[in-house]
This record gives sequence, C-alpha cells and structure tokens, in this order.
Amino acid sequence: MDNVRVIEVKRSIFESNDLDADKLRKELKESKTFLLNLMSSPGSGKTTTLTRTIELLKDKYRIGVMEADIDSDVDAKTIAATGVKSIQLHTGGMCHLDADMTRQGIKELGVEDVDFAVLENVGNLVCPAEFDTGSTKNAMILSVPEGHDKPLKYPLMFSICDVVLINKIDVMPYFDFDLEKCKENILFRNPNAKIIPICAKTGEGMKEWADWLSAQIDLSIK
Amino acid sequence: MHELGVVFHIIDDLTEVGRENEIKKVHSVTIQLGEVSGVVPGYLTDAWKWAANRTELFKDSELIVENLPATTYCEDCKAEYETVKYGRTCPNCGSKKTYLLKGNEFMIKEISAT
Repeated sequence: MDNVRVIEVKRSIFESNDLDADKLRKELKESKTFLLNLMSSPGSGKTTTLTRTIELLKDKYRIGVMEADIDSDVDAKTIAATGVKSIQLHTGGMCHLDADMTRQGIKELGVEDVDFAVLENVGNLVCPAEFDTGSTKNAMILSVPEGHDKPLKYPLMFSICDVVLINKIDVMPYFDFDLEKCKENILFRNPNAKIIPICAKTGEGMKEWADWLSAQIDLSIK
Repeated sequence: MHELGVVFHIIDDLTEVGRENEIKKVHSVTIQLGEVSGVVPGYLTDAWKWAANRTELFKDSELIVENLPATTYCEDCKAEYETVKYGRTCPNCGSKKTYLLKGNEFMIKEISAT
C-alpha cells in the first residue's frame, strides 16, 4: 500500500473561477464586446427591462442576449421577438452561472458581430453574486414589491454591482417602500453604486439607464 | 443547490492538483469555512458525498470542514468584535462604520491522498 501523503493546497475555492473570469473579460475586450451581467430575484422584471433596453439601444449597437435559466425557454422567446440575436442557456439545475458556462454561452452566441452582449443570470440574489462571470459590468434589478431592506439582507449582491435599477416605481404608493432608505441601504454596502429608479412598463427612468449603459459600452469598446 | 455547484468547483480544482501530483486516490479533503461565508456545512458534506462518489479519484473520500470565526472591525473606535453575535453595528460605540475582518473564507486547505 502506498503511503498516504498530505498535500497543502491553500487555495480559495473561487480562485480558479476568478482567474477564468479575468481571462474572459480580457478576451471580450479584445473582441470589442461589452458584456453586461444582469441579476435579480425572480419576478423583478429582468426580461421586461431588457426588452425595453433593447428597444432603446438596438439602433446604436449590435446586441446579443444569453438567457440563463434552470429550465424552459420562455424568456428567450420574448427576447427573440425583439429581433436581436438570442440564445438560451440551461444551467441544468444549478443556481448560478460561472465564468466557464459564460464562455460556452459567448461561443454559442458568437460575438464577432455583437458589440453589446447581455447575460440574463438565473433569478437569485445569493449564488450569482459569488461567481464572477467575466462580465464587463454587473447590474442588478431590485423591484419595489421586494422591499427596501433587501440590500441589508443580500449584502454581497449589492456590493458587487456597478449599477442598481430600482424597478416598478409606479406601484410605490401601494407598498411600504422607502426609496431614500433603499438608496441609503445600497450606498451603505456599496458607496460606488449607481442607482437608477425606473419603471420598465411605463418607461420612466429608462432613458437615464440607457444613457448610463451607452456611456459604459462606448468606454469599453472604443 | 449552491453547495452542489461549489462542490463541483472543488472537485475540478483538486482533479487538477491530483494530476500535477500524480495522485491515484484522495482519502480526505480539508476545507476552511468562514462563519459568514454563506455556505451551510451540513449541505456541503451531503453534496460532497453525492458528487464525490460519482468520480474515481474522490470515491468514499471524507470532506473535513474547519470552521473559522468571523470578526468585524469598527472604523470609529478601532475595536474588533464577534460578527455573528453583534452584526454590523459596533457593540462598543454603536457605530455602523464597520467592516468584516475575517469570516468570509472558503479555502481548500489540504488533501490526504495516495
């Protein structure tokens, strides 16, 4: 019988993914593609927000969308109806996407003719925050019915986001949602976060969001 | 579900380590888990059993979890305190200007193998 050896590894479990994500970010930069990782809880309005965003930006950029879901292709069908290139990624039960899965998606999507790629991550405020996907920027949507205390409950998600969209502000009168308190809670976790209140349904705030996004894309691909 | 994804990452990483060190069989894997890392040790070891038994290298191996306590630092009064007990607000001076010093770790420490 061979002798049992103890091998010191001393490596963060997220390290290999982090390295892979940095590599993907570099590859995307070289192919002049901006990748937005869009995260939120289920039902916050990701697909509706994305559809409106596409309408606002599709004359300016060549857009491609990757819809990540545990199963089904309902979101991909909605996005395909906007006329932009879209694919469905099935995570096979997994609660998040990592850099390697994102790379496979990027390959399938094909980014030679895409300036602005969107990864619609799995609806979840915990796991996607732990795994860097290699995106250029991270965005998340918090909707009014979810409550203004969410930044305190899911600190990691809010701390890794470059921009937080507060969606469904049209229903604010019907909920105990304190917008100022919400902003304060977000900035407490992440002083650099850009916060934009929107309503994807009525279009309120969508121009500010599209302008912010457009500036980020231009910075990254030009 | 999250724990299972993490387990797949550990297996992938260690398969690479195994190849580099010409390992035939892994007997145990020791990981260090911070108190506020968000990973539930019980779920993690259950997911490990399931996933490890699907591989040749890790079959019947044990996952040993070492827990690391979480500590928070207060920027105002410079005190360090137990994160889980007091949360974000400093128990010394009541300040909210605090940050996590340690307790978020999630590391593969070592493996024993032949």
